[in-house]
Amino acid sequence: MTRAGVALLVAVVFISVAAPWLAPNPPDRQFNTYFYAPPTSLHWSAGDGTYFYPLQVVSRLERRFEEVRDRPVRVAWFSGHLASSTDDREPLLLLGADSYGRDIFSRLLYGARASLGLALLATLAAMIIGAAVGGIAGYAGGVVDELLSRLSDFVLVLPAIYVVLALRAVMPLVLPPREVFLLLVGIFGLVGWPIVARGVRGIVASEREREYVTAGRALGAGSLRLLAVHLLPATRGYLATQATLLLPAFILAEATLSYVGLGFPDTVPTWGTMLHDASNVALVGDAPWMLAPAAAIFIVVLGVNLVVQGSGRPPLVR
Amino acid sequence: MVRFLIRRLLFAALLVIAVSSGALLLTRLAPGDVTANLGAFAPPDEVARTRARFDLDRSPIAQWGGWALRASRFDFGDSFLYNRPVGELIRRAAANTAILAVTALAVATLVGIPLGILTGSRRGPLPAAVRGVSLVCLSVPPLLTSLFFVFLAARTGWLPSGGMTSIVDASWPAWILDVARHLPLPALALALPLAATFERLQSQAMSETMHQPFVVAAMARGVAWRQLLLDHAWRASLRSMCAIYGLAIGALLSGSFVVEYVTAWPGLGRLMYEALRARDIYLVAGCAAMGGLFLAFGSVVADLLLFAADPRVREGQAG
Repeated sequence: MTRAGVALLVAVVFISVAAPWLAPNPPDRQFNTYFYAPPTSLHWSAGDGTYFYPLQVVSRLERRFEEVRDRPVRVAWFSGHLASSTDDREPLLLLGADSYGRDIFSRLLYGARASLGLALLATLAAMIIGAAVGGIAGYAGGVVDELLSRLSDFVLVLPAIYVVLALRAVMPLVLPPREVFLLLVGIFGLVGWPIVARGVRGIVASEREREYVTAGRALGAGSLRLLAVHLLPATRGYLATQATLLLPAFILAEATLSYVGLGFPDTVPTWGTMLHDASNVALVGDAPWMLAPAAAIFIVVLGVNLVVQGSGRPPLVR
Repeated sequence: MVRFLIRRLLFAALLVIAVSSGALLLTRLAPGDVTANLGAFAPPDEVARTRARFDLDRSPIAQWGGWALRASRFDFGDSFLYNRPVGELIRRAAANTAILAVTALAVATLVGIPLGILTGSRRGPLPAAVRGVSLVCLSVPPLLTSLFFVFLAARTGWLPSGGMTSIVDASWPAWILDVARHLPLPALALALPLAATFERLQSQAMSETMHQPFVVAAMARGVAWRQLLLDHAWRASLRSMCAIYGLAIGALLSGSFVVEYVTAWPGLGRLMYEALRARDIYLVAGCAAMGGLFLAFGSVVADLLLFAADPRVREGQAG
């Protein structure tokens, strides 16, 4: 189980790194005759290789399309992209097109970069703040420990999504994408640290009493050195576990925020903004491929759950 | 017991005060205020009047003091968006959220706990299948379940895809039927991931207690399997489950925001979102207070459950 989970996660990371090569179309390119077009179906024959039929609008109102059977378009393999259309005006839309006629498949791949990148950076931020606060609390003990622990307990009680929502909503609502990215990293870090801090504090507080720390102190190591070089490395395993739990939570938080219109602007492809585009009930009813980013989020969360659950104990045999 | 309860109630009061005051000050200190809703061409005297009505012309501390004084007499100010007292709006939204959350919690408990007992105590194809389904459900957070259910509803027309009622001004029985038709979709969307969480945790707690000496001893004495499972192992595993219930309230509140947003359920989460976006300052503070109250209520209930379930806690042997 663990292996399957790791494989899924590695695949997602590979996809996001290789997005420009894997994606058949640029993520922002709008194909004017392809609003809400369904996924292209690929065909194969020995003579022509892989080909598909371009789509033609039959009814704009009902969003009905028809394949132009007499004009097959060949698919070129490994020509700058993994697969791309040989006709520049007839796109290869593996997961259909969205409300602006943009390729959902390509946006999904590029979106993985933004969504995963944001979640990774936010996880890192939460780890750093959490390790610092937890380390100081566990090492110092006494009043400092009491204060920091109370603070993290308090933040831990609050439902995270409301805190994120409130912090984001009180900032200016319209910001350039780069600032949104940094702002969200900051907010997620601020909301995510207490759970890290609590565990780190416990480990550091118990490790502090061990002989090697006393030996280090006797040899003249300062508090900072003891903490950074000797004590925090003891929390590695715990930090790794927390990272795998925070990552999907942050991916989801971005998706939720962008879905309700408080995350990235619609021009930036992320899984959240793509879901936002799919939020119209009637449209989703006849264009289910717009829900593709939901499947992507599911795969990442499933991967993490497989890793976490796979390391659990099997039930007792009766 | 009494001292413990008093301590928990004090904590609850502190939580509500801290959360609502925090929300109030955060909204006040944020750039922009409620007058932005009047539009760019609003006459200056109207802007000034609105600012005065929501105490925005006073200092943040003075505003907070006045609000806290009135809130202690259950007057939570007015909402700009709805032009009505906040207390009334909050009460209705909280009731709607409670209907949704309680239904979801009940469904999740009734489905998750028995399945968890099953998978935690047995091996075979059925528990393995349950475990697989549960892992999948665990990986579809409320955002995805609600989107998926709305899609299904839009496609098949089996259930209304959003809202809480379709009939306006219905009589009591008709209203209940109407809500009952709208409830399954959001409640299931909220319950599914929670049921999976309960199943996984109950399964873990169960398989851990099954390894303990007292269970093995009971098995050796020849206690019937059914009795062993329910009276011995399950009761002992309840301790860790009660702690989970306290956290589940937080998860329900977080989840209900998303579900309410996607399925247009007129609850607290949706109201808070609207209030935050409009900088409707007293409505934000009121929603936060109500949310804090829910949280505090959840943790007190979890503690009481723990008291009821575990004699060791009752006698003060284990904290």
